[in-house]
Amino acid sequence: MKKQLITVSIYTENFVGLLNRVTTIFTKRHVNIESITASKSEIENVHRYTIVVKESENLIEKIVKQLEKQIDVVGAFYHLEDQTIFQEIALYKIDIENVSESKFKEIISVNHAQIVEIEKKFVVVEKTGTKADTDALYNELKPLGLMQFVRSGRVAITKQSMNISEMLHNNKKI
Amino acid sequence: METQIVKQNQYLEQPNERISGSEAVVRCLLAEGVDVLYGYPGGAIMPVYDELYKYQDKIHHVLTRHEQGATHAAQGYARISGKVGVAIATSGPGATNLITGIADAQIDSTPMVCITGQVASHLLGTDAFQETDIIGISTPVTKWKCQVTKASEIPEVMAKAFYIAQSGRPGPVLVDITKDAQFEEFDFQYKKCKNIRSYIPIPNTEKSLVEAAANLINAAKKPMIIWGQGIILGGAEEEFKAVIEKAGIPSAWTIMGASALPTTHFLNIGMVGMHGNYAPNILTNQCDVLIAIGMRFDDRVTGDLNRYAKQAKIIHFEIDPAEVDKNVKTDLAVLGDAKESLKELLPLLKTNKHTKWHQKFKDLYAIEFEEVIQKDLNPTKEGLSMGEVLKEINKQTKGEAAIVSDVGQHQMIACRYAEFRNTRSNITSGGLGTMGFALPAAIGAKMAAPDREVVAIIGDGGYQMTIQELGTIFQSKVPVKIVVLNNEFLGMVRQWQQLFFDKRYASTEMTNPDFITIAKGYHIEATRVTKREELADAVSNMIASKDPYFLEVCVEKKNNVFPMVPYGASVSEVKLR
Repeated sequence: MKKQLITVSIYTENFVGLLNRVTTIFTKRHVNIESITASKSEIENVHRYTIVVKESENLIEKIVKQLEKQIDVVGAFYHLEDQTIFQEIALYKIDIENVSESKFKEIISVNHAQIVEIEKKFVVVEKTGTKADTDALYNELKPLGLMQFVRSGRVAITKQSMNISEMLHNNKKI
Repeated sequence: METQIVKQNQYLEQPNERISGSEAVVRCLLAEGVDVLYGYPGGAIMPVYDELYKYQDKIHHVLTRHEQGATHAAQGYARISGKVGVAIATSGPGATNLITGIADAQIDSTPMVCITGQVASHLLGTDAFQETDIIGISTPVTKWKCQVTKASEIPEVMAKAFYIAQSGRPGPVLVDITKDAQFEEFDFQYKKCKNIRSYIPIPNTEKSLVEAAANLINAAKKPMIIWGQGIILGGAEEEFKAVIEKAGIPSAWTIMGASALPTTHFLNIGMVGMHGNYAPNILTNQCDVLIAIGMRFDDRVTGDLNRYAKQAKIIHFEIDPAEVDKNVKTDLAVLGDAKESLKELLPLLKTNKHTKWHQKFKDLYAIEFEEVIQKDLNPTKEGLSMGEVLKEINKQTKGEAAIVSDVGQHQMIACRYAEFRNTRSNITSGGLGTMGFALPAAIGAKMAAPDREVVAIIGDGGYQMTIQELGTIFQSKVPVKIVVLNNEFLGMVRQWQQLFFDKRYASTEMTNPDFITIAKGYHIEATRVTKREELADAVSNMIASKDPYFLEVCVEKKNNVFPMVPYGASVSEVKLR
């Protein structure tokens, strides 16, 4: 089956060591994680991991079942690219000593990026968007003297609902 | 932690009491009804051992000779009784030595709680003496694990551990307790865990799916059942028997399912898989509806998946949603507990006999009997066969014994030829294939079921992996019967070398010590059999003994186990020679 980018959303209790348990399930199947973020979720005391992988849907379906099975995982879901709205944030540290100001400003404006810090010797630029967006800016800034580059993992919202609150509610009734 | 709780038994009704974390551990065990645990002391767990000393009239600690032995003993205890087995060890090497048993319990769904000591919390992460990250190491092989650094966390974590280990699809749980938490005093109160909000032990069984399953089964002309350990774990033996008898369905078992239905039951058509019986392997690829109950389509069961039961509609009764469609794509999956699902299924089934279809199994059995079974059980060659030893044990125990087998040729022979009358009588390392499992597992099994005859069947290779547990048997006076089938080879590997590696017997020939002298060194009565005419009397003496007994049977060196589905072949390509 064809490999594609898939976003896996995992709602969990916020316990020490749980991320390790989650990642071992990917490791066990020799699946590489493209990006990972951990944050709080829309539900109080429930944590959320957003993991992006490039894999076949068939395999991810099995992995999601294994994730779901873990005691401290409340629910796990996967979504394809067209089922999610997602963003990544990238920061660029640029050496401004030999850069033409007008050209630099033009790049920032065309790419809808923002300057978040200006120092004597460098500027820090922020860009939020898809991987393609942040890559495009990367390619333009690179020749100017890119001192540092960092990009976050994907944060994603799904178009379909994930019935986490319901799951918690139902489980409690058992 | 978000747990809901319920009160039970005398240890739960006491008001808050100020005690140490280590005493709390023992009190939690008592509250969970634990009467025996297996373990090995050491620095980081000493406070708990000190409490075990104080509570020795209430809880029996068995000192094994290695921590791996403690886990297998706990597994044997759990497998024969259905109760949670408990193992305890110190930090570092004590904890890492538990891992094989934990992995075994995970893959064979055995309820077990392991307690490990850990270095004091201020030393965590400093590479302190006997520190190891057992939480990290055990994560992939536990159902759940938790590190405790405060005494006040002990009751809730222990309650969760026991609840998780035995609910739903059972499995091993590890609780790691720092030494300072063991010393710390706190107000103890124990409440049993009854629910965890993120955990659904038993998924709901949908009535419409049970009805759909019944319709498929009722319409089937050539139905076949493969059952696994789910029947035993769910206590569904009676419901299962009622279902197959009403619908007249020939039923085969996986190695973990053995003994759920008596061997001689007219619908029991034998074992499936690599060394399973001829008929169920062949006919898996001819049946029209394949009903899998509480089994997980292990690769040793299915052979080549691309040529596995492709002609059949597949129904899967399963408690663990992650097992559905994992290996074999099902047409219909009925989630839930086997006992409940089968109870719902029974009234929906039509009475049937499938006489002609059943006859096919009998015909193929006749071929297997002629080609394989007859030679295994009634050999005409001079050397003893493993099969005839099993036959003698069957005869003299009248099929009432629990057979604890190790891993390898003797295991396949034991599972193929042991005659089981009672459920929970086949204790073996199925999924992990852990050599060295049987001797310590037999200790736990015998202690959990002292009224039952427990016979360990072990090869000369596996025996030497945990042979030190003879010390446990001697010290704790556990009257297990140990049968070593000695062919002076790692027989199963040798068989593969013969068949697939042009007889290059790389490191499979064993130069063995005098097993009789070793057993006698532990003051265990011991006999060696080298000739057929000695066998019956030797088995008889062993069974008659009230004490531990060691019987070595020197068997033919290069016998092979057949039938066999070669690795990568389809089940219907099963070979008889």
